Amino acid sequence: MNRFTRRHLTATAMTVVALTIGTTACSSGDGTTSAKAEDDGSYTIWDPYPQFDKGSDWAKLLDGCGSKAGVKTKRTAFDTSDLTNKALLAAQQANSPDVLILDNPVVSTLAEAGVLSTTDENKVDTSKVDPNLLAAGQAGGKTYGTPIGANTLALYYNKDVLKAAGVDIASVKGWKSLTAALAKVKKAGKKGITFSAIGTEEGSFQFLPWFWGAGAKLTELGSPQAVSALSLWSDWLKKGYAPNSVINNTQTTSWQEFVSGDYAFAENGTWQLAGAEKAGFDYGVLPIPGPDGGNAAAPTGGEFVTVPVQGDTGRYATTRKLVSCLTSTENLYDTDTTLSYVAPTSEVRDKQVATDAELKPWVEAVKAAKGRTSDDLGTKYPKISEQLWKAVQSALSGSKSPKEALTAAQDAVK
Amino acid sequence: MNRTTRPPDRRPVRDRNGAATPPPARTAPRRRRPTSQQWAAWAFLAPVTLYLALFYAYPLYRNVDLSLRDYTVRSFVQGNAPFTGLENYETVFQDPAFRPALTHTIVFTAVCLFFQYAIGLALAVFFNQHFRLSATLRALFLVPWLLPLIVSASTWSWMLNSDSGVVNAALHTVGIGPVNWLTAPSWSLTSVIIANIWIGVPFNLVVLYSGLQSIPRSLYEAAALDGANAWQRFRCVTFPLLRPVSAVTLLLGLVYTLKVFDIIWIMTKGGPADSSTTFATWSYRLGFGNLLPAFGPGAAVGNLLVVAALVFGLVYLRLQRKQALT
Repeated sequence: MNRFTRRHLTATAMTVVALTIGTTACSSGDGTTSAKAEDDGSYTIWDPYPQFDKGSDWAKLLDGCGSKAGVKTKRTAFDTSDLTNKALLAAQQANSPDVLILDNPVVSTLAEAGVLSTTDENKVDTSKVDPNLLAAGQAGGKTYGTPIGANTLALYYNKDVLKAAGVDIASVKGWKSLTAALAKVKKAGKKGITFSAIGTEEGSFQFLPWFWGAGAKLTELGSPQAVSALSLWSDWLKKGYAPNSVINNTQTTSWQEFVSGDYAFAENGTWQLAGAEKAGFDYGVLPIPGPDGGNAAAPTGGEFVTVPVQGDTGRYATTRKLVSCLTSTENLYDTDTTLSYVAPTSEVRDKQVATDAELKPWVEAVKAAKGRTSDDLGTKYPKISEQLWKAVQSALSGSKSPKEALTAAQDAVK
Repeated sequence: MNRTTRPPDRRPVRDRNGAATPPPARTAPRRRRPTSQQWAAWAFLAPVTLYLALFYAYPLYRNVDLSLRDYTVRSFVQGNAPFTGLENYETVFQDPAFRPALTHTIVFTAVCLFFQYAIGLALAVFFNQHFRLSATLRALFLVPWLLPLIVSASTWSWMLNSDSGVVNAALHTVGIGPVNWLTAPSWSLTSVIIANIWIGVPFNLVVLYSGLQSIPRSLYEAAALDGANAWQRFRCVTFPLLRPVSAVTLLLGLVYTLKVFDIIWIMTKGGPADSSTTFATWSYRLGFGNLLPAFGPGAAVGNLLVVAALVFGLVYLRLQRKQALT
């Protein structure tokens, strides 16, 4: 009896061990072959659009481009914030996807890591793309991809609130007139403007139009122009034209504040257009003004189609077919309409404005827009951006004056 | 547990050996038996060893390795990061964010621990009175513990919103001006501490309540006969007898609180301007909170936390051994 149980137990234990080893071996095996899928000859595509499922137009477009190029495609969608790390890990294991669609400020980081091939190697055509949009994907004189679409920031305004406060939107032409409009709105018992100044990349993204509009440069955070931009924001907070909660607002929470109907202005992006239609009040859009009128340069958002480096360079030929299919004039129009983006080529943009006149202020804004990693900042940008959002937070929360905050930021970047 | 399971496992073996084989031949089967037994022992040990190695030892090793090398995104992908010794630790120590992060971590942990324990103990004593509905009420107090952290932290950040939060609305009705709970550097740490205390009280309540159950009633009766009032009974009976349980609660609480990340990250992201940054959020920010990850320093900060938790973990083990002996 006793001997039996012991032997029995030994056998069970050995089985458990064998199973454990077996399953771990299997799972690690799976991990290394997932992205490339060389066996069935299919081409892998990673994108940051988890909102589109298998039946969506986007997925159908990818399938269509695959069959045109004569290959099967395998698509995986990731959350944007997840995609950078996933792409780095895949590259570490020599396991990158064939086509990688990623947020534009990350392009230079992955290019620096040696993950992306240049357009010289993969021969993707970028000649039709606007140079100010393409710049976000360029570093050290090389281009690492082509934009699939662009979005940027502008000011949404609530026509009802402005009418009640007696503000004529045509009079808003610079910072002074904007601030005067905010003062009128506040007097009328409504709230002025909402934006996002959170301590992440979103905060820098939202501050940049004012920063660049003032004529400041990312290489000189402590300049008087930069201080004037930050003073504009912190004065709005001090005078109660903007709510204190902007310090913790993401762009989504800031948008929710605007949709509540109490705010006259909101700084937000192209991607909220669909939500604006449902807001239940009359809204308008104007490009973010510079201090003395004119349009300020806003940062470009939107994704780049890139081709990660492959061990087998023969794959580039087919990959190029896939990329040029995705970025062909006809397909770009459909894709950018689905994503609520502005197209990166003038040809497609004209078509977009012809169909939907409301896109006009956005097209203007995109034309004036500037890549965050442009001016060959590349991987320096993330460090600068972190100091910039910290400075914005310090000034808005009142722990430092705008000048002190920006000077400290400049020192920290060095 | 151990004491009851061991004897039936071993004794019959020895008995049978003694009975079945004559004295001279005894050594041979004995030597063979231990080997088969050893095989079985190793087989039993293997799954857990494998598990520990895969999910504890290797990640820990990787983290130490990350913190000792100069990782850029390039060397992360191509795998030739140069060994730089303690340079990452030096960077971390000399970072202007180090001192505030250290202070915040200590203040956060100490204040949370104190209030969680004090409130937990008060509630445990209260519920020990066994009044009507006490079981129901006690169950209700467990809610913070059962809620997913993302839910409770988001709720707290809505309640504490400067402009539309319910807390400021309540303060307004009593005539107190709005407080920028999450957006003022002087308040943000307090706000996350309050939220974390609320989340930690149920754990203390449950453990201390069960500790109270094990104190014999007769001691209270004796004390009452001696004329001790309620406070004296608490001070001279409850508190000393609860000491072992208290020590365990406090030490476990300390290890949990030291590494609190989600609440702070969801409520303030460590801001505004680092005013609520602790080691846990700082480590995350370095590694993942930026477009350009700084894996080395991030891992170094993480390791500092691991060491701190390890020290207190050892204190806990020692204390437990002492308790087992007495």
